[in-house]
Amino acid sequence: MVEVRLFAGLRKGRQKVYQMESASVKTVKDIMDALDIEVKEVNILLINGFHQKPETEVKDGDVVSLFPAVGGG
Amino acid sequence: MANAYYEKIARVNLTTGEITVEALDVEVAKKYIGGRGLGTKIAYDEGCATSDPLGEGNKLIYITGPLTGAAAPSSGRYMVVTKSPLTGMIACSNSGGKWGAKLKYAGWDAIIVEGMSETWKYLNIVDDKIELLDADEYLGMFSEELDDKLKEKHGKEASVLSIGIAGEKQVLMAAIMNDKDRAAGRSGVGAVMGSKKLKGIVVKATRTNPNDVIASEEALKAANKEVMVNIRENGLTGGGLRALGTASLVNVINSVGSLPTKNWQESYYEKAEDVSGEALAEKFLVKASACHRCPIACGRVVKVDDKVVGGPEYEPLWAYGANMGNSDLAAINKANMLCNEYGLDAISVPCTIAAAMELYEKGAIKEEECAGVPLVWGSTEALIEWTKRIGNPETELDWLMSSGSARLCEHYGMPEVSMSVKKQEMPAYDARGVQGIGITYATSNRGGCHVRGYTIAPEVVGLPVQLDRTVTNEKAFWAKTFQDLTAVIDSMGLCLFTSFALGAPEYTKLINAACGTEYTPEEVLLLGERIYNIERLFNKAAGMKPEDDRLPKRLLEEPVKEGPSKGMTSKLNVTLPEYYKERGWVDAFPTDETLERLGLGEYIGR
Repeated sequence: MVEVRLFAGLRKGRQKVYQMESASVKTVKDIMDALDIEVKEVNILLINGFHQKPETEVKDGDVVSLFPAVGGG
Repeated sequence: MANAYYEKIARVNLTTGEITVEALDVEVAKKYIGGRGLGTKIAYDEGCATSDPLGEGNKLIYITGPLTGAAAPSSGRYMVVTKSPLTGMIACSNSGGKWGAKLKYAGWDAIIVEGMSETWKYLNIVDDKIELLDADEYLGMFSEELDDKLKEKHGKEASVLSIGIAGEKQVLMAAIMNDKDRAAGRSGVGAVMGSKKLKGIVVKATRTNPNDVIASEEALKAANKEVMVNIRENGLTGGGLRALGTASLVNVINSVGSLPTKNWQESYYEKAEDVSGEALAEKFLVKASACHRCPIACGRVVKVDDKVVGGPEYEPLWAYGANMGNSDLAAINKANMLCNEYGLDAISVPCTIAAAMELYEKGAIKEEECAGVPLVWGSTEALIEWTKRIGNPETELDWLMSSGSARLCEHYGMPEVSMSVKKQEMPAYDARGVQGIGITYATSNRGGCHVRGYTIAPEVVGLPVQLDRTVTNEKAFWAKTFQDLTAVIDSMGLCLFTSFALGAPEYTKLINAACGTEYTPEEVLLLGERIYNIERLFNKAAGMKPEDDRLPKRLLEEPVKEGPSKGMTSKLNVTLPEYYKERGWVDAFPTDETLERLGLGEYIGR
């Protein structure tokens, strides 16, 4: 399974967390497509706490975190 | 020729009660921009560096920038420059709200307060008239009540700056508050005001803009229009910050395993979601709020019991949350409100309580010292009660706590428990998993601080580009560049948050339009570098040593235990020499060649 965590505005109309079969999603982009999230909506994309790109492949046990434009200080 | 300055400084001597008006040296002002830069130059030249911070020789400089209140995004900033009683080094605390813009509209570039009054006073500024009035009746009031009372007396169009009870008692973490819940929060500037027995400054202005001194209104209008496109199109400044405020960072920073937890013993908080920006918006948010002329609107207005008050930023959410092992959001809102009411730094105060909780856990602080409120991790009673006690200290432990974590931990023989740099507590980003921010912390002229070179933007948030947070490569360059650009933005009188969308070329256009200058972006960055260096010279004169550019041992020697940054430590031993090379510094201080290059030759040999 791949755990997908959504944050801030990406939660609108969606769940906070999804569990996805790793066999059904090859890349982060596949996950975003499955959740109807456009690439331009995502500003920070993490796999297990490290920045990655939409085309990065995911594997069983990964935690994918997706954030829109957030920040501050 | 109009140049964005009113060319007028008021000097208030509280010892004699004399108020004089001086002409601003425009050439010097241009060399240091204004605000933070010019304030530091004045503080250095007038001997603050070698003064007792709470003595008669120290001065308080309330200063605007050339763009304060002008037609530019987020231009409501003013600064307070002085010698910090917390760090013993330069203090420059920066605040928004309306007060700074009104001071500028009243026609003042700066107010310099010196000496010490025998009785409590406050200043009343109405355009070019300044009077010193008795403040006895306002002592002991919370900032909100004081704001209301002074507006009753002077009119609701007035804007109020003040210290709370903490400042009156010269608590070393006392803030200066303005417009009820905005704060020049850091480095104990409120204690300096308290030492002078100056309770507040009320300002009213007939002007509603500074256009009569802007070099070219047309050019500024055009530059503003252009940069506003960037502000609107940037996801963060164009909507992200309005939606969740800075609090949105709780989940981001935790997700990269860099949310310091239980006084930095851990770096990942399992319950972060409970104290996140998302949770704040869902459960407590009444509305977003904005400072003067700010299109970003990062401020939060929340409910605390039956009151509607300013809500917590990311920093207090973290410091009263993960850093204390507390997941009760209502308690954080309340503690944040107390910081505003007492006039306290909402970073250093909770971080000191967290350090005390570790001292208590380790058996250094005994239960019998705690006067009925033990310093137990996650205790909401402790975080609220100890905030009040720090704001209005009475017992020996209250006073120790109110002097900050460095002095507290030193007292108990465990200095390594204080997560501070130059005796000022570090903010909410663990420097073990984010290498660049460690350079910013270690070399910040005002001690532990994130807003002196916010490398979190490229290292975590991806602005302007995404860097690998875990590596040291080029981080010295990024830290220096961000430090210099930040010095420019602060000195102009704009909010640092504009820099998520704007860079040196945009700030250059705004400066040139307002001041009538013809700088290139490279020259503007050089002004920032000059400012960073004169701050360093101030610190040198104040007695700073090379070993003060350091990080707590925990970050260098104790690897992160759990979470995405597991196993990491700060590699400051690699980055610090690289940083000094970038700066042209040897052993933490600028060389003569560097001073010459930066037009600071007059300071060689001092």
